[in-house]
Amino acid sequence: MAKRVEASNVTAYYGGFKAIENINLTVEPKTVTALIGPSGCGKSTFLRSINRMHEVLPGARVEGSLTIDDQDIYDRDVDVTAVRRMIGMVFQRPNPFPTMSIFENVVAGLKLNGVRKKSILDEAAEKALRSANLWDEVKDRLGKPGAGLSGGQQQRLCIARTIAVEPQVVLMDEPCSALDPISTLAIEDLMFQLKDKFTIIIVTHNMQQAARVSDRTAFFSIEKTGDPGRLIEYDNTQKIFSNPSVKKTEDYITGRFG
Amino acid sequence: MTTTVTSHRTRPPAQPTSLRGRRLPWYAAPAIAVAALALAAGIVYGIDIGGPVLVVVLGAILYLVGLFAAANAVEGRRSARNRTWSALIHSAFVLAVLPLVSVVWTLVSKGTERLDGNFFQTSMNNIGARDANGGAYHAIVGTLEQVGIATLITVPLGVLCAIYIVEYGRGKFAFAIRFFVDVMTGIPSIVSGLFVLAFWVLIVSPWFNDGRPSFSGFAAALALSVLMLPTIVRSTEEMLRLVPAPLREGAYALGVPKWKTILRVVLPTALPGIVTGVMLAIARAAGETAPVLLVAGGGAAINTNPFENNQSSLSLFVYQQAGDASKYAPARAWTAALTLVALVLILTIAAKLLARRNRLSR
Amino acid sequence: MGETPHRSADAGTGGTRVTQSHEWPAVLGACGRGTSQHPFPGRAGLGGGGALPRSRKFGAERAFRGLTLAAGTAVLVIIAAIAIFLVAKAVPALRANTENFWSYEGWSPNDPQPKFGIGTLAFGTVLSSALALLIAVPVALGIALYLSHYAPRRLGTALGFLVDLLAAVPSVVFGLWGRDVFSSPVRDFSVWLNQHFGWIPLFGGDGPFGASIMLGALVLAIMVLPIITSLSREVFLQTPTANEEAALALGATRWEMLRTAVLPYGRPGIIAAVMLGLGRALGETIALALTLGITFGISFNLIQNGGNTIAANIANAFGEANETGRGALIASGLVLFTITLIVNITARAIIYRRREFTESAA
Repeated sequence: MAKRVEASNVTAYYGGFKAIENINLTVEPKTVTALIGPSGCGKSTFLRSINRMHEVLPGARVEGSLTIDDQDIYDRDVDVTAVRRMIGMVFQRPNPFPTMSIFENVVAGLKLNGVRKKSILDEAAEKALRSANLWDEVKDRLGKPGAGLSGGQQQRLCIARTIAVEPQVVLMDEPCSALDPISTLAIEDLMFQLKDKFTIIIVTHNMQQAARVSDRTAFFSIEKTGDPGRLIEYDNTQKIFSNPSVKKTEDYITGRFG
Repeated sequence: MTTTVTSHRTRPPAQPTSLRGRRLPWYAAPAIAVAALALAAGIVYGIDIGGPVLVVVLGAILYLVGLFAAANAVEGRRSARNRTWSALIHSAFVLAVLPLVSVVWTLVSKGTERLDGNFFQTSMNNIGARDANGGAYHAIVGTLEQVGIATLITVPLGVLCAIYIVEYGRGKFAFAIRFFVDVMTGIPSIVSGLFVLAFWVLIVSPWFNDGRPSFSGFAAALALSVLMLPTIVRSTEEMLRLVPAPLREGAYALGVPKWKTILRVVLPTALPGIVTGVMLAIARAAGETAPVLLVAGGGAAINTNPFENNQSSLSLFVYQQAGDASKYAPARAWTAALTLVALVLILTIAAKLLARRNRLSR
Repeated sequence: MGETPHRSADAGTGGTRVTQSHEWPAVLGACGRGTSQHPFPGRAGLGGGGALPRSRKFGAERAFRGLTLAAGTAVLVIIAAIAIFLVAKAVPALRANTENFWSYEGWSPNDPQPKFGIGTLAFGTVLSSALALLIAVPVALGIALYLSHYAPRRLGTALGFLVDLLAAVPSVVFGLWGRDVFSSPVRDFSVWLNQHFGWIPLFGGDGPFGASIMLGALVLAIMVLPIITSLSREVFLQTPTANEEAALALGATRWEMLRTAVLPYGRPGIIAAVMLGLGRALGETIALALTLGITFGISFNLIQNGGNTIAANIANAFGEANETGRGALIASGLVLFTITLIVNITARAIIYRRREFTESAA
């Protein structure tokens, strides 16, 4: 249910602009890995290249190799949709489908995969919603619009939607940045439970959050605006936050820049 | 939490074990296309039911079927659907381009035949069926006057109406006005022509005209006003709603009364958008034929007075020339059509450019 | 209605105004001429200094408000006037009708014994519009999707602009093209259909072919195509990127992404676009007057010369209509007005209900 993600020499472009350069990083199964760094350092770009969402933007492309359990996801013969089914993604702003009910939102991914049987869908929806700690709050109004929930609930709904297809890896792009502190805590708790089953990679601006939820932390940075982002340091979270080996990481962690 | 659901009958649905799927080779699509065309040609000529056009049509259908079948066999159902829909969407594009290109091509090639000075300087007065010359001067004058008057009527009325809806109107009355503006948007042009015919031409105009009903350019302007008004109200309304609330509140906080805030702050901010809407409304009105036919009557001579006697318009000129038996009429009709389209397109393009610049500056 | 914000705005400005007026009594006359730099220029003194500021300002406010209210009311008055005048002119003609207005197949209101019926015309109107939409809607949606989600962005924008321009081309141009250019391929196609599929009643008959319901419907379809495309393209482009990415991140193919995110989101907009197209088709006059065969009779035969619609009949029969004839045409316009009204209101109802679902959500 969880797989290893390995990036070697990953470089990503937006048209002519090089956003990240030569990222090398291995993420172990069933861990939470946090990507931190100042704005514009390419951590979101890197996250989006892990499930090939980067190339959705016009003119964007990725070089280098990204493997998941030794399968290169950028191989020419690889089916993009299969990659994205295997590597789910939760976005910065909660984005439930506005025209769908809560239930339809959760099973949207399953329906795409041709699951039609009501009993299977019901069961999967309940399971995903329970895993996302949302079941008790919404079980009486599954037919209501998903967009009617609060921000935090919407984000957990999006998490439920993502894990309903039972991916191997879950990517989260600043999942709490649009949420209030209580909802943030709820999502952090959830991440803790989810890492039993999934490999989780999370981008966050909030260093306390990175320290709280992650096992390992990768610090990204740029020299100056316009330069590509680089991986500065990657280590156990504890080590990064207590005794970083690179000066720049320390400066960032202690709030001297960024 | 998760322990309550234990039955794991929900196996990972279609969760791929391998990322690699079998793909159709790049030459598959062209190969299917060639095969489909060949098969279509075989069928069509084999049982002799048509010519090359049918071959292409049948070939396209066979291509879609073949593509779906091949993709379904190799790549699976989802990919097959994706490919087929993609092909359908692309062919919709090609299908629509053909007639539209033909319209534009005909317009330009036939329209330039009579595109000379004479066309723009003379009217159809005393032009018989055997005369090759004759022009649209009177029609151009008519169009400009009618549309101009209609604009003078509708712009103040429409803008004030939109201000009422956005700034003052509350409750059922304002809702009724909004609703009926929507209803007015759907009024067919011929109905607005009939309305002005019944109201102005048959009932009001006899008062000024010794008791006899009289066609006039002004009546056409009234009919065009009915068509332009809802468009202008709707676009102005939208633009007024886009003006940010802090701007208004800033003015109120300075002690500026509401009406002055609207005139000095809100309207100027929304102005470019309103102008765009007005220009689009004018462009549409200039192309209307039916109302002018019913209430302005048309005419061959130059009549610069919009309040008396028949007047023509460019679109009506096109229609009348199209119905004319003279062998020179079609050329005149197409040139007038080209002139009309040029007029409408210049207005539309200007409006769109204005809207675009406005969007950038915002 | 409108009391609350109105009054609060006054209250805010009134306060400052009172204190200021103690310092500069001459301000009082300057209302409405204040420059934007200085709201209360002290030089005017036109009012004589005796009047109370509150009532004066209230006067300007109330006058402006009244003006906008009048403009808003004008819309209601116009709609009411349309209904009243059309009915007033239609009723005498309907009284004079010696046949059943709903069922009689024919149109001779100018006879001493006026005989006319709306049935055939209404049938032709609905049939040609329905056919036109049946052809245009799938193609238009295909093109809109192509332009918004398949074509490279630059190409999509450029072609989208072209489609917007085509949507502005006056209908008389399409009519002229349909008659002069498009009718001959349609005639060939009709002959072919008749030869091979003549056993289907739709394509039966002995000719002549060409100026048929099929030609009219095709021209209508080509005419409304850019309108529907332009509106639905705009709607598709408005789909939040977040929703599209959500679908893609779930492993959707491009088509599945369109199905899950784009089409449901755009549904109200699509319905609005289709209804607008239907409204245009139902009320279209000139393009059909130029292309249809103009006969009276209810027939599902699509390819034989014939067909007529309410609007086209008005344009054709108006020239030689006497008073009863005009009344009869106005009566038919009233029926057309009612049909478009029903279509319009149904569309609004659908859109409002849909919007509630998505907006109560937000």
